[in-house]
Amino acid sequence: MTKTSNTPLLTIKDLYIEGRADETWSGIVNGVSLTLNRGEVLGLIGESGAGKSTLGLAAMGYTRDGCRISSGSVTFDGTDLVGAPGKTKRHLLGSRIAYVAQSAAASFNPAHRLIDQFTEAPVQHGTSSRDVAAKDAVDLYQRMRLPDPETIGFRYPHQVSGGQLQRAMTAMAMACRPDLIIFDEPTTALDVTTQIEVLAAIRNIVDQFQTAAIYITHDLAVVAQMADRIKVLLRGDEVEEAETAAMLASPQEDYTKSLWAVRSHARTEQPAADRAEMPVLSVQNVTAAYGPIKVLHDVSFDIHKRRTVAVVGESGSGKSTTARVITGLLPPLEGQVLFNGSALPPNYKTRSGDQLRKVQMIYQMADTALNPKQTVGQIVGRPVQFYLGLRGQALRDRVAELLNMIELEPGDFLERLPSELSGGQKQRVGIARALAAEPQMIICDEVTSALDQIVAEGILKLLDRLQGELDLAYMFITHDLATVKAIADEVVVMQSGKVIEQGQKSAMFTPPHDPYTELLLSSVPEMDPDWLTDLLKRRADDANAYSKT
Amino acid sequence: MPFWDGQSRGDVLQSIWIMIARRLGLGLVTLFVVSLLIFAAVEMLPGDIAEEILGQSATPETVAAFRRELGLDLPSYQRYLAWLGGILQGDFGTSLANGRPISDLIAGRLSNTLFLALYAAAISVPLAISLGILVSLYRNSLFDRAVNLITLSSISFPEFFVAYILIVLLSQSGYFPSLATLSPGATFAETLYRTFLPALTLTLVVTAHMMRMTRAAIINLLASPYIEMARLKGLSPGRIIVKHALPNAFAPIINVIALNLAYLITGVVVVEVVFVYPGLGQLMVDSVAKRDIPVVQAAALIFACAYVLLNLTADVLSTLSNPRLIHTR
Amino acid sequence: MASSTPVWMILIYCTIAFGCAAACAFAFRTAVIASMPGQVSKLARSMPLSASFGALIILIYVFVALFAPWIAPFGEREVVGAQYLPWGGDYLLGTDDLGRDMFTRLIYGARNTVGIAFATTLLAFLGGAILGLLAAVVGGWIDELLSRIVDILMAIPALIFALLLLTIFGTSIVNMILVIALIDSTRVFRLARSVAMNIVVMDYIEAARLRGEGLGYLVVREILPNAAAPLIAEFGLRFCFVFLSISALSFLGLGIQPPTADWGSMVRNNATLITFGDVTPLLPAGAIALLTVAVNFVVDWMLHRASGLKE
Repeated sequence: MTKTSNTPLLTIKDLYIEGRADETWSGIVNGVSLTLNRGEVLGLIGESGAGKSTLGLAAMGYTRDGCRISSGSVTFDGTDLVGAPGKTKRHLLGSRIAYVAQSAAASFNPAHRLIDQFTEAPVQHGTSSRDVAAKDAVDLYQRMRLPDPETIGFRYPHQVSGGQLQRAMTAMAMACRPDLIIFDEPTTALDVTTQIEVLAAIRNIVDQFQTAAIYITHDLAVVAQMADRIKVLLRGDEVEEAETAAMLASPQEDYTKSLWAVRSHARTEQPAADRAEMPVLSVQNVTAAYGPIKVLHDVSFDIHKRRTVAVVGESGSGKSTTARVITGLLPPLEGQVLFNGSALPPNYKTRSGDQLRKVQMIYQMADTALNPKQTVGQIVGRPVQFYLGLRGQALRDRVAELLNMIELEPGDFLERLPSELSGGQKQRVGIARALAAEPQMIICDEVTSALDQIVAEGILKLLDRLQGELDLAYMFITHDLATVKAIADEVVVMQSGKVIEQGQKSAMFTPPHDPYTELLLSSVPEMDPDWLTDLLKRRADDANAYSKT
Repeated sequence: MPFWDGQSRGDVLQSIWIMIARRLGLGLVTLFVVSLLIFAAVEMLPGDIAEEILGQSATPETVAAFRRELGLDLPSYQRYLAWLGGILQGDFGTSLANGRPISDLIAGRLSNTLFLALYAAAISVPLAISLGILVSLYRNSLFDRAVNLITLSSISFPEFFVAYILIVLLSQSGYFPSLATLSPGATFAETLYRTFLPALTLTLVVTAHMMRMTRAAIINLLASPYIEMARLKGLSPGRIIVKHALPNAFAPIINVIALNLAYLITGVVVVEVVFVYPGLGQLMVDSVAKRDIPVVQAAALIFACAYVLLNLTADVLSTLSNPRLIHTR
Repeated sequence: MASSTPVWMILIYCTIAFGCAAACAFAFRTAVIASMPGQVSKLARSMPLSASFGALIILIYVFVALFAPWIAPFGEREVVGAQYLPWGGDYLLGTDDLGRDMFTRLIYGARNTVGIAFATTLLAFLGGAILGLLAAVVGGWIDELLSRIVDILMAIPALIFALLLLTIFGTSIVNMILVIALIDSTRVFRLARSVAMNIVVMDYIEAARLRGEGLGYLVVREILPNAAAPLIAEFGLRFCFVFLSISALSFLGLGIQPPTADWGSMVRNNATLITFGDVTPLLPAGAIALLTVAVNFVVDWMLHRASGLKE
């Protein structure tokens, strides 16, 4: 391998990639060019449908089934990967270009031990023997700060947690000491506190071996930590590219600016509710279980009129289970739920129509929340008809009014099926269905987490406005602290089925915190490129201070 | 919990045995219930079985005598226990049609039927699996589409249609005999030759099915992210199939095979009749026509047992091939 | 004698038949696209040749079944001449073992065999699908009970179970319909339940439940529209199975009984001709095969479409 530092490692020129849908080809990547030097990290950022993963795979000369490179070139260290025969490409893949996938759990072969999958590439490419590679694995596992680096390789993928698997996959990518690694959203599926560890480990190892990398993500704050340069994509087109610091400080294009602006939205907090005022909803000492496994322990909180209570926690913290108890899908073992001061029957089947009507729900996945065979008019009209008994013209007028409330033109949308709506529009229809019941309280379960940031922002603003107009109380379930900042008045932090801390938002975001809240808060990536470095240093200092005492 | 965290390898093996023992237990319960069902079905007979068999002309005395002979004067649970107990000792009772012990009728025929099913399986399983894998590798090609059309057609053919076409094509021209007569003195090769047409019929019917299912299973597998990962590691196509796809394909392929062997059991009945092959299926069909209930019960029980045992074996084998189940957390 | 036909001649026949089938299918599809209103025409445009061939054949069978008395030259049970007369002359396809016109009986067979199979499938489908949907939506002990019963019934191979039940209840058309409907309804139950199970976990069902909707609304308005495509495909597949089972039973002499004209028993009664190199018995068998092939082609296209639309 000759390493000449003058020529770029990877050059993509005017690349067009098409995908097939319904027997016709349409563009996924439309004429994108990029160059990457040795040891450099390029961040590819964009919303869903931007073509960033397709571009990342194309950098390896690979396209998924149903996609094709229609024109352009991908040159890796002097070899054109587009026209190269399979054998030439196979020779480079795994040894000089490696890939880290989004879901490590699905991308490790369930039938083999981690170590066997690690040693496969070095042995097959003839760069080292199995024993040498296995020793190297332990070393890399150590560098990736995996627990028990000596033995963890002997486990099967399903025996290792998600965050650890993601690190093991990065170690595996490093096995042949490649010149280039493609990271495809490697931390998207992880909780924030786990994400930090993986990010730190990835950055550390890329630094140590001076590996060039393409880091694909939709999260600006993450890419700010990882990349030297950032390229922004929108629907397969390049928007702009610049050094990280410059891009963060002064984006040029409107689209980039709008991406950046999302993070700045924050709702002005309502004053704390009057203690004497009766809360709309009061969860009192609720303990609940799925079969023999207790998932909620003594959970209590109140929600007042016109207030938004954000329930925050990582996966498995019990926040969605709390919603199931409130709606009556999961009757609690102990405790009760009061609505306007009177106890709700524990099972939804025994609740009255009026009790059901007053608490409505909006779901995370708008795709599964709307019946794909019903039109928008039918979906929104049904609660109006069911609860309020409106028929004929009165029903049609009310549905039109509701659609206007969620900023969708009734004439255009009434007859559409969910498949003819965008993600944000689907979520709006979900909101309209909840409003149609004329509720007093709405439970919003991760309603923005499946949406792109700009769309999510629109939904949050809409919810904010509706709360003012209709005097609603919101229970807002989320794992994302940026969303909390944007919408909440009060915050309830949950961990392992328990409420760790609760109070006004302003109080929560100012120290001192409960240790877990502190961990959660500090783990949220910020746009500052030095944030990760500073955080790791601070945590190391804290740990040192702790060990000295 | 992984075994290196304080759990020994022996414990892991033990937990597999427990799982297998549970499946076997479940299989036994199924067999028991099936036997109960087969027995109880006769109990649901409208009217009296003795009168039904003896006909309108029978005198009350002969009916009563016949009932005693059949044990019909006893309560049904006693008769069930006696029936099951007899079967467990190899005694299936006596035929109503000719008064001979059923076990004598069945013995030779059962081995003939098993021979035919095994013969067909020995050809069709390797053929179908390898063709299925081949087709899935060239999916969406013209070859794949043609094979799809052919297999789709042949799973639609009734067994007797395939059988008679084969007779017209291969027996009329004198290549193979159309009557699968077995003589005791025949050599193994001769037997294989004489039973070739029935075996080929079964093979054709089952192979198409098995191929389609294998293709679906493999294509499903090739779409998984770990196969993409293997490609992105620059591994050769052969290695991807052998090391990455096959170890995960065992479970689906085992199920495909079991399902089709079970299908053979049913298919064998019709094919035996076409080729006048002296097997259990033909005995059963004859007995149905004569309403020889004890013989039908015995044959149904044997077929059902084979079916249940096949499914059970597949279940256990696919458990054993699944790393997620063997290496439990 | 047919025995002299060399293999390459058979191959040529096959190729010609395949070509004719493809041409008919193409002509049929073109005609439908041209003559039918928008929706149907659009659907036909997306049809591969195999599926339009299947649709054409199904239509022909339905036509023949409906208008059998007008098409057939003789009466269904009418003895018109000597037995086993050769093809040609007054009797297009000769006569059968009792001297009845083969062509006439083939046409009536479409009415009897297909009609009985269709009725049986409908019965099996209604029972299986309704119970399967119910089990999925209601859940709890009802689901548990129904599923265990179905497990047990499915532990015995279908044809064997049918033979057992027919021995007990006696062989008659009504008994056969009931027995096969019972056995096949267990398979429909499994499928309907698993399809509905996938729908029941959707959030829109939860939303409807939390609205306080009743069982009827849930099944009819929320679940059925989404389960329709797989259920219709299953109806086609189930029809094939039922049709083949009935034919097999009739062939074994345990199904539809003479003098009713039926393809399965026609094969059985005329099977001796095969040994003399006469392919007449293959005609009813081929009629059975052709219809199942046709239905399978259409179902295959529908399943392909359904899976394609999901992506």
